[in-house]
Amino acid sequence: METEAGKINQSQAETDETISDKERWASIVGGSAMVLMGLQQRSLRGILTAIAGGGLAYHGATADKSLQDKVVDATGINKAIRVEKTVTIDKSAEELYNYWHNFENLPNFMKHVKSVQVLDMRRSHWVANAPLGQTIEWDADIINDQPNQLIAWASEEGAQVDNSGFVRFSPAPSDRGTEVKVVMEYNVPGGMVTAAIAKLFGEEPEQQIGDELRRFKQLMETGEIATTEGQSRGQ
Amino acid sequence: MMPGDIIGHEFVGEIVETGREVKTLKKGDRVVVSSMISCGQCRYCKHQEWSLCDNSNPKGALQEPLFGFSTSGIYGYSHLFGGYAGAQAEYVRIPYADYGAIKIPEGLTDEQALPISDAFPTGLMGADLCNIKRGDIVAVWGCGPVGQFTIRSAYMLGAERVIAIDRVPERLKMAREQSGADTINYEEVGAGEALKEMTGGRGPDACIDAVGLEAHGMGFMGAYDEVKQAVKLSIDRPYVIRQMILACRKGGTLSIMGVYAGFLDKMPMGAAFSKGLTLKMGQMFGQKYIPMLLDRAVKGEIDPSYVFTHQMPLDQAKQAYETFKHKKDNCIKVVLKP
Amino acid sequence: MKAVCWRGAKDVRVENVPDPKILNPRDAIVKITSTAICGSDLHLYDGFIPSMMSGDIMGHEFMGEIVELGTGVKNLSIGDRVIVPFTISCGSCYSCKTAQWSLCDNSNPNAFMAEALYGYSAAGLFGYSHIFGGYAGGQAEYARVPFADVGLYKVPEGLTDDQVLFLSDIFPTGYMAAENCNIKPGDTVAIWGCGPVGQFAIRSAFLLGAERVIAIDRFPDRLKMAKEQAGATEVINYEEVDAGEALKEMTGGRGPDSCIDAVGMEAHGTGPDYLYDKAKQAVRLETDRPTALRQVIVACGKGGTVSIPGVYGGILDKIPFGAAFNKGLTMKMGQTHVHKYLDPLMKHIQNGDIDPSFVITHRISIDDAPQAYETFKHKKDNCIKVVIKL
Repeated sequence: METEAGKINQSQAETDETISDKERWASIVGGSAMVLMGLQQRSLRGILTAIAGGGLAYHGATADKSLQDKVVDATGINKAIRVEKTVTIDKSAEELYNYWHNFENLPNFMKHVKSVQVLDMRRSHWVANAPLGQTIEWDADIINDQPNQLIAWASEEGAQVDNSGFVRFSPAPSDRGTEVKVVMEYNVPGGMVTAAIAKLFGEEPEQQIGDELRRFKQLMETGEIATTEGQSRGQ
Repeated sequence: MMPGDIIGHEFVGEIVETGREVKTLKKGDRVVVSSMISCGQCRYCKHQEWSLCDNSNPKGALQEPLFGFSTSGIYGYSHLFGGYAGAQAEYVRIPYADYGAIKIPEGLTDEQALPISDAFPTGLMGADLCNIKRGDIVAVWGCGPVGQFTIRSAYMLGAERVIAIDRVPERLKMAREQSGADTINYEEVGAGEALKEMTGGRGPDACIDAVGLEAHGMGFMGAYDEVKQAVKLSIDRPYVIRQMILACRKGGTLSIMGVYAGFLDKMPMGAAFSKGLTLKMGQMFGQKYIPMLLDRAVKGEIDPSYVFTHQMPLDQAKQAYETFKHKKDNCIKVVLKP
Repeated sequence: MKAVCWRGAKDVRVENVPDPKILNPRDAIVKITSTAICGSDLHLYDGFIPSMMSGDIMGHEFMGEIVELGTGVKNLSIGDRVIVPFTISCGSCYSCKTAQWSLCDNSNPNAFMAEALYGYSAAGLFGYSHIFGGYAGGQAEYARVPFADVGLYKVPEGLTDDQVLFLSDIFPTGYMAAENCNIKPGDTVAIWGCGPVGQFAIRSAFLLGAERVIAIDRFPDRLKMAKEQAGATEVINYEEVDAGEALKEMTGGRGPDSCIDAVGMEAHGTGPDYLYDKAKQAVRLETDRPTALRQVIVACGKGGTVSIPGVYGGILDKIPFGAAFNKGLTMKMGQTHVHKYLDPLMKHIQNGDIDPSFVITHRISIDDAPQAYETFKHKKDNCIKVVIKL
């Protein structure tokens, strides 16, 4: 389904005279928030595939109002859990990109990810914590990689949990550092109930991603993650 | 307010008569008049804090129990602010005319100069209070005329980006098209969350409350009546302030230009304190900003007339109020022609 | 080790708890020599600050000697005598780099709680509830100090604990309150509340060039200290006269140029999780009792500044915002950027401009801490400031 969506996007891109679909999706990936919130029918993987290999045009969400409206108005049943969060980190995009690009670093600040093993330039093997002490594993591909700007990944066909995501690094105004935006989507796999996925992803996925990004920021800015676990207290 | 009071505080016109002490104006001068009535001689006027004038409110005693001290008079704006006859009329008396009436330079139409009487300087002060620095993102609540000029002013003062918040599509459209603002329709998305995402998770550096000014006639009368009855009151619209306190970035500034008269309930002071916010507010210092706005207008850098969507004869003022209040017919601002 | 543990409203106990250990590379362990009870500890004591948990160690004004250092701390040594700022700041985020230390982005492990309540999270604080990080406090024999390389401040030779202890909170807090007034020559500053922060605000207003400082309280011993020790020009006992009217008369009808609310919230006795839960549910409530703040706003002169160092935690009702708006007031507030003030205020102490120990009325041992909370809360025995000596 995702690949079809990608194909549809690409074919539209070739026919649309005013603004190519590829650019539109690039605009969504590159632009501001809320647009994705309204994306109901398209899978994130479709979007990411569509823009893979293309230049990442930066448009604000307001660059194409009609698209934004269209997207926000879109209706449909969405089984995916999709979250989007942004944080500003007082480090260069290059430093942040380099740390993130080594996926084996991700468990350092992502609590739901137990481990990531990098297999080769594109592929990696992920192990995530699941409810009741279980784990879920899958292989993922980097499907879009733009140094110091964007990394997009998606699970391979037949993964236990179909998931995809991207992280984008863009300069914050003036001397305020780098804006790091993460969008992730987990699709409900066959035979697995949505609630289980929700648990995997935390009771409140938005908050979980928010916490993970905050830990990423702490780690990058201060070299450690603030904690009180293990401190003194009255029994 | 009392029945029979003439309302209106935003106007331009031609001088037809002057008192014997008026030195800078003469019959026939075309002038724009600040909505604030200020003596020009007291400590506050001399410090350019024109709306805090010590001397221009003949009924200042009414204000003291409520505000502690009396502030300047305002045209057509209840007896609490002096009971001065307003300007939605064919003629109006201008006290301290040397300070309040400012000559309109050649080449500006009435529609261009009129917003410089009140709405534009209010917006400019709203932005000015934010102490905008390079890279700052400013969020503006309310896209009525004052909001429109606030947005424009924030850009004039160097904002990196202005995000405008309203629920009326025409107003948001005007904010985008006339000033290049990004917009949030708060009926469609949560303004706080949207602002957080649009600012890289930091929050806007400054938040400006430009809501409620256009409707203040009604709101204010309500306030005044309740004050008179010495009733426990919470008559203002604190919703915007609450939202701004939560949405603003840590260490940011709130600039409050929406008119508040009474008491505020449910104020999240803990959030304001914890985030170390600075709150700035006040009736606008008209005479401080009007000359520079006229200067910009005459140079063609701004054309404030874009906010006018309706022009009506003074005879139809009642209908105009209805249209404006209910935002019928995409109404943003009405000019009345006597 | 011994520590003062919170066990519920009006229930603090001295208990034996495990010694702290290094948890992060930039941590230090400090053996505490002096630690104070702060007026804001009374808000915790009264069960008024949400998200306290039974067993939490209290205290955020302390100093001592370094006994252990994490591997990432290079600028300090074991044995250094140090002051500990009550705000925990990483030193490397945008807020810290711009000297807004108490707004640190990175030091609150429970930032999500603060975000739910306040929109964005500020710095973690020692011993001040889980919303502000849940860090164990300093009314104990030892404490773990995160980001020690940025937070800990070495005490110069020749100064006693009593002279420098209050650099950890109340002296910088009073100073920042005065600095927020943007005092100009000839200015009159009015200060509500003559507790320790108020005393330091009075003194600081003079250090910053105020012509007159008028202090307002209802306790004669505090007013006496304000006049004799802190040097207030005049004092007003608001139980005897109307403070607003008195201020107007004393300032030639203009009103003070700036006003400081060094009172803050007063306890109501609500449950610990009340505020957090209620705020999440967006249910109507008033948590603090802002009597002083209301008076301050109405009494302040036109175009003046209202500075708020008194801690407000929640939601206030009946704020005279019309007065604030029509008088064009500026309101400045916030937790103290302690780190910013350590150097300049230490200089003032070394120069003899001020000896902060004047506010101390009680020196006790840690075993007497629970009793001291009661004495302090009820202002018995002319109690203004309690220091626990270890």
